[in-house]
Amino acid sequence: MQVTSSVRPPLVTNGKSKHDVTNDICKQVEGAPSTAWKISFAMALITLFYGGYCLWTTWYEGIGMWGLNKTIGWSWDITNFVWWVGIGHAGTLISAVLLLFRQKWRTSINRAAEAMTIFAVICAATFIIAHMGRPWVGHWVLPFPNNNGSLWQNFNSALMWDVFAISTYFTVSLVFWYVGLIPDFATIRERATGVRRKIYGALSMNWDGSAKTWSRYEAVSLVLAGVSTPLVLSVHTIVSMDFATSLIPGWHTTIFPPYFVAGAIFSGFAMVLTLMLVIRVVFGLEDYITINHIESMNKIIVLTGSVVGIAYITEFFIAWYSGVPYEKYAFINRAFGPYWWAYASMMTCNVISPQMFWFKKVRTSIAWTFGLSIIVNIGMWFERFVIICTSLHRDYIPSSWAMFSPTLYDVGDYLFTFGLFFTCFLLFAKYFPVVNMAEVKTIIDSSSEKK
Amino acid sequence: MKDNNKVFWKGVEELGNSPEFLKNAQNEFPEFLPLKNSSEESNGTDRRDFLKLLGFSVAAVSLAACEAPVKKAIPYLNKPEEIEPGIANYYASTFVDGGEYCSVLVKTREGRPIKIDGNKLSGVTKGGTNARVQASVLSLYDEARIQGPLVKGKPATWAQLDKEVGAKLSSVAASGGNIRIVSPTVLSPTTKKAIAEFKAKYPTTEHVQYDANSSYGILKANQTSFGQAVIPSYDFSKADVIVGFGADFLGTWISPIEFFSQYADTRRLSKTKKTMSQHFQFETALSLTGSNADYRQPIKPSQEGLFVAELYNRIVAAKVATTPIKNDTLDRATKALLENKDKGLKSLVVSGSNDVNVQILVNEINLALGNYGTTISLATPSYQKQGNDEAMNTFIDDAAAGKISAVFFYGSNPVFDHARGAELAKALKAISLTVSFADRADETASLLEFVAPDHHYLEAWSDAEPKAGFYSLGQPSISPIFKTRAAQESLLSWSGNSVDYYTYLKSNWSSILGGASWDQALQDGVFEPKNKSGVEVTTSTFDRSSVEAGIVKNYPANTSGIELKLYEKIGLGTGSQANNPWLQELPDPISKATWDNYVAVSAGYAKTNSLEQGDLVTVKAANYSVVLPILIQPGQAANTASIAIGYGRTNVGKCGNDIGKNVYPFARFVDGTVLDFVTGISITPVGEKYKLAQTQTQHTLMARPIIQDALLSEYINDPSAGRFIPKISTPDGKVAPALVDIWKDQHHQPNHLWSMSIDLNTCLGCGACVIACQAENNVAVVGKQEVLNAREMHWIRIDRYYSSDAEPKETGKYFTNDAEGIGYGTLEIASENPQVTFQPMMCQHCNHAPCETVCPVAATTHSSEGLNQMTYNRCIGTRYCANNCPYKVRRFNWFKYFDNEEKFDKNVSMNTSLGRMVLNPDVTVRSRGVMEKCSFCVQKIQEGKLKAKKEKRHIVDGEVTTACAAACASGAILFGDLRDTEGKVYQERNVNNIERTYTVLEELNVQPNVTYLTKIRNISKA
Repeated sequence: MQVTSSVRPPLVTNGKSKHDVTNDICKQVEGAPSTAWKISFAMALITLFYGGYCLWTTWYEGIGMWGLNKTIGWSWDITNFVWWVGIGHAGTLISAVLLLFRQKWRTSINRAAEAMTIFAVICAATFIIAHMGRPWVGHWVLPFPNNNGSLWQNFNSALMWDVFAISTYFTVSLVFWYVGLIPDFATIRERATGVRRKIYGALSMNWDGSAKTWSRYEAVSLVLAGVSTPLVLSVHTIVSMDFATSLIPGWHTTIFPPYFVAGAIFSGFAMVLTLMLVIRVVFGLEDYITINHIESMNKIIVLTGSVVGIAYITEFFIAWYSGVPYEKYAFINRAFGPYWWAYASMMTCNVISPQMFWFKKVRTSIAWTFGLSIIVNIGMWFERFVIICTSLHRDYIPSSWAMFSPTLYDVGDYLFTFGLFFTCFLLFAKYFPVVNMAEVKTIIDSSSEKK
Repeated sequence: MKDNNKVFWKGVEELGNSPEFLKNAQNEFPEFLPLKNSSEESNGTDRRDFLKLLGFSVAAVSLAACEAPVKKAIPYLNKPEEIEPGIANYYASTFVDGGEYCSVLVKTREGRPIKIDGNKLSGVTKGGTNARVQASVLSLYDEARIQGPLVKGKPATWAQLDKEVGAKLSSVAASGGNIRIVSPTVLSPTTKKAIAEFKAKYPTTEHVQYDANSSYGILKANQTSFGQAVIPSYDFSKADVIVGFGADFLGTWISPIEFFSQYADTRRLSKTKKTMSQHFQFETALSLTGSNADYRQPIKPSQEGLFVAELYNRIVAAKVATTPIKNDTLDRATKALLENKDKGLKSLVVSGSNDVNVQILVNEINLALGNYGTTISLATPSYQKQGNDEAMNTFIDDAAAGKISAVFFYGSNPVFDHARGAELAKALKAISLTVSFADRADETASLLEFVAPDHHYLEAWSDAEPKAGFYSLGQPSISPIFKTRAAQESLLSWSGNSVDYYTYLKSNWSSILGGASWDQALQDGVFEPKNKSGVEVTTSTFDRSSVEAGIVKNYPANTSGIELKLYEKIGLGTGSQANNPWLQELPDPISKATWDNYVAVSAGYAKTNSLEQGDLVTVKAANYSVVLPILIQPGQAANTASIAIGYGRTNVGKCGNDIGKNVYPFARFVDGTVLDFVTGISITPVGEKYKLAQTQTQHTLMARPIIQDALLSEYINDPSAGRFIPKISTPDGKVAPALVDIWKDQHHQPNHLWSMSIDLNTCLGCGACVIACQAENNVAVVGKQEVLNAREMHWIRIDRYYSSDAEPKETGKYFTNDAEGIGYGTLEIASENPQVTFQPMMCQHCNHAPCETVCPVAATTHSSEGLNQMTYNRCIGTRYCANNCPYKVRRFNWFKYFDNEEKFDKNVSMNTSLGRMVLNPDVTVRSRGVMEKCSFCVQKIQEGKLKAKKEKRHIVDGEVTTACAAACASGAILFGDLRDTEGKVYQERNVNNIERTYTVLEELNVQPNVTYLTKIRNISKA
């Protein structure tokens, strides 16, 4: 018997019963697509096709279609990659870490957040493949049995670690997400007829709802949560090592792992908010995703934003304190060099703007939250751009200093991932239950607002 | 065994043994098995056949889908005796382009010349080359060359051309019309003989020689001073003080390859030689020579005469009355020259001016300093500039006046490269017989009736006499690619001598050789009896008043207004090889610009006139104007502009057409010589922008110890002066970076450790190594747009750094301005008249290579001989290695540069079937999406190792060298095995110059195999 707190605000409002939960969530899946959905989906597809054309051209002609040069070997490609991977982190954090900490409020957002994770990692993977000079031999990074003689992968390389980190992360996230979906598919199956019943039946893997099944389900969820939790830390730690293990001033920094993880959670939460704020209105889920949810997430954003801010300042301090002249220059150049505007954008968006969330009015305001969540993601994109591009563009040998200017294909390939992400997300939102019905039902008794 | 005689039946049918059974018993599947009938009677396709057909078709279809890699490999029907597939043959030959001379070794593979090396046996060029010589092999495979004779612009046969030219010649001769042969300097004694034979047949013939970049002033001055109209030999190696007035003797003046090594000898330092020459340069544009000078004074071209006169007045007791000059650098130069003379040492004063009076003064100065006989020799004159500006001027006058009936252009293109080219172009129409021997329908040839194309020098027999007594032979290293014919043979045949040129040359050489072996001379490429030495001059004729009058007239005091100076670029020269994309993409040693000429102005001028780099401006003189972009050039004299000649060709081929603008017409004919500067020009902005493709856009060192330099006086006191010695803090105190090591015992190089030592004192920045590397290693040309995108592919680059006023004045002080923070910006601004340093930069072959650790697929690895190897086949193109390379020497194949003519039509060596013949078959052409970089010419190392192994011996030092080291005329790049303690590299690095040796970015502890020697400047303190 759960105890209902009189102090804590209810997690589900408007006195929803368990039946209401089923009805509210299944409504989207069962009904015809709304006009808003159709328009959004069309736009996503257009973006996908335009971006696909750009990506195809990049593949067909070569990486030269981008604005990279002899000095700047990575720019938008890896910026986008890190940005997408970072965004993915929120999903895992919400579903795994918050599950372990028994945070009940996570139940109504974890499904969408996890979906976001999966799609974000797919988008990130796009850049892993696309940034290769010869993507058709990209599988050589995988240690599979081969006839390439004594050539094997180089396990010293941080990019190798990335391969393992990202692929593990993707696999675990996908399994975790799918396992969570199974009972809800079964719910939809029970309500459906005809072909739909067959499809959802297959998707639910013939879930029978027995106590034993539920028990196994709970056990698997817990195990997967346990497996996922270190991934929240490890993936971005390893991504940060792409830079930290190099010797480029501005990359070669030991603070990177915690700083990148905080940044990832920061941007991931912002992205979850951006998406959820739209979904809750479009799909009428205001009772499940409440102001309380938004406020809790904003609190995490202000925390991680501040962590990131402290990291920025620490980097500067260390650049000075280390006495390494190249590093000193790299940081002065970041802030005052030709890319000062990127640095200024990063500081404004990531450090200054989230501080607004100290005000309760702001963090409980949907408009403010929506705006700031987008600003945070812009800021986090600039953070990666600043780290990658401004460190490379002026490193050790002044004769090789250069500038980067993006081409239409840099933009197009970035748009491709947006197209891909929203196409996937919209399909998910329409055909999959966007809120975890089974889990929400577990908190209805304890945390639902009484009518 | 009896028991084993049991019989097993396959079935009851066998027991019955019916005839039916016996009939089918041989079949694999007898009838009684439940299978479809497959007896011989049936013609239908059975199951097995179906499977066979299926298997075959699948295999055939998939095989047909594979592209066969070898398209046409035709074996030799009769293999030439000397050609061994896979083994290179070397032939000694002679590079001649007008007066430019270089004795060369031509490397041929399977009958194709693919690389030019210097010929060490030559007493003139001594194994050195320059960029144009290195690139000339690509010009052989130029698709713009015409493939046979042209008559009125249409292809014709030689018989037809001979008939028509012969007929016209007879009629011209019958009417006594004037015939002219117009050529640049002719170095070949046999060609001269052929011309003489032609003249004998047609007595109205005159041979007019002119040089696009003329030194006629020196010829005339020597005629006046010493009665000999020749260029003297110069020997910079014996000069302790060198004073240059606008003479770019390291880049383009008279015999730069020769002077290059001589000059470098005076700059070389070691444990045993702690003296070096002191070099003063007075010039307008910052030239290669000026950038190597210890003291450099920017002057306006109109001041040059005054400066020389002032020096004359100070050195020689007799005075010429010209405007006195007060100048600190001139004071120093005077002092150095006089002190040097007092010590009994020799000096050398040279001027690039084409003004006779200036050159007479220079002669007097050198005579007074006692330089004749040591640093200057008229006893061994140089023939490398014989052009006569007056004769050429008269020819154009005559042509315009219709006094010429026939003209032959041999190796010359005056419509393009003469100031009065346009005038000549008009006059040509009235001449009844016009013939060019050009290899293409160039600006002149395209206007003529007949083009009788000459061979490329690599296809031809040739000879040269660059200096008296120094003969050079050239032999064909490939049979003519097109239906071309030696120009000499054409001339001889029209004068009635049907001998082939080889026989003619050989018979002429019997007199030159005087009994010496022809075969030996041919094998050596040179024949240097040096028995032609005349007498050194000791006195001169000097008419003070006329010189004085000339100087006063041409060099007025207090000139105002903007002056334009024309100069020659080291890459394009006079523009004869303008269709060579290697040269077009070779970064100018100073400005680092490619694919363009431009108006170089000083930062001060740009600021006062609100001009920015890339602003298009109209440069207008009295008779000519061009529109070109501005390039802000540190070191450019105030209120002057400089533009390179050789650009703006219109009929040279796809790589050179309409690149830059032609500025020859700015030159003026004054007092019998062509002067290359104009006063009183105007520069007006057009209001448009233009993008100049520079390979280096940050020009200063930012006070980093990448170049470590010191003054000579400091070096004498402490050979390690200027060194930056980093220390790493550890718990045990501060230690050298190499001692902090997580990779102990990881890399062993037991047999060889290939290393390079680069002397920054003798690297003069010419860029010959860049082209040599490009030819040796099949480096792609990417074109202007890709250079703008900072994606040039050169494996070796010459970093050029200007000093900045914000840098510390003291040497050996690095990393200043740290505290000021934002003050870094001032370090980015080059001084108005900067000190210049060159640094060749290629893969440093780090023993702790940062690129190797980050490659996920181990495509770049370390060899047991210290090489950082790149496995193209394994590369997946993540570019992580390039990012992590602190030297930024890795080059990525952003596109497919070969077989992609649509996008990279300028990359002729990979995109045209003719151009591909230049590719080195030992080096892979890299595919799209892979990383590449300097390999230390691993193919040459491997070749040397195999040769030594076959002969069961160790590699001898010097046997294996890289293309860059081989091309370096000054010997600044040494390559060898560091394990060989007697070897050059070990000696230089660990014995002779151990204190000067440093590695760039030592503090990173990447342990490069390339080391540099500190740059020492002969400048007095403060």
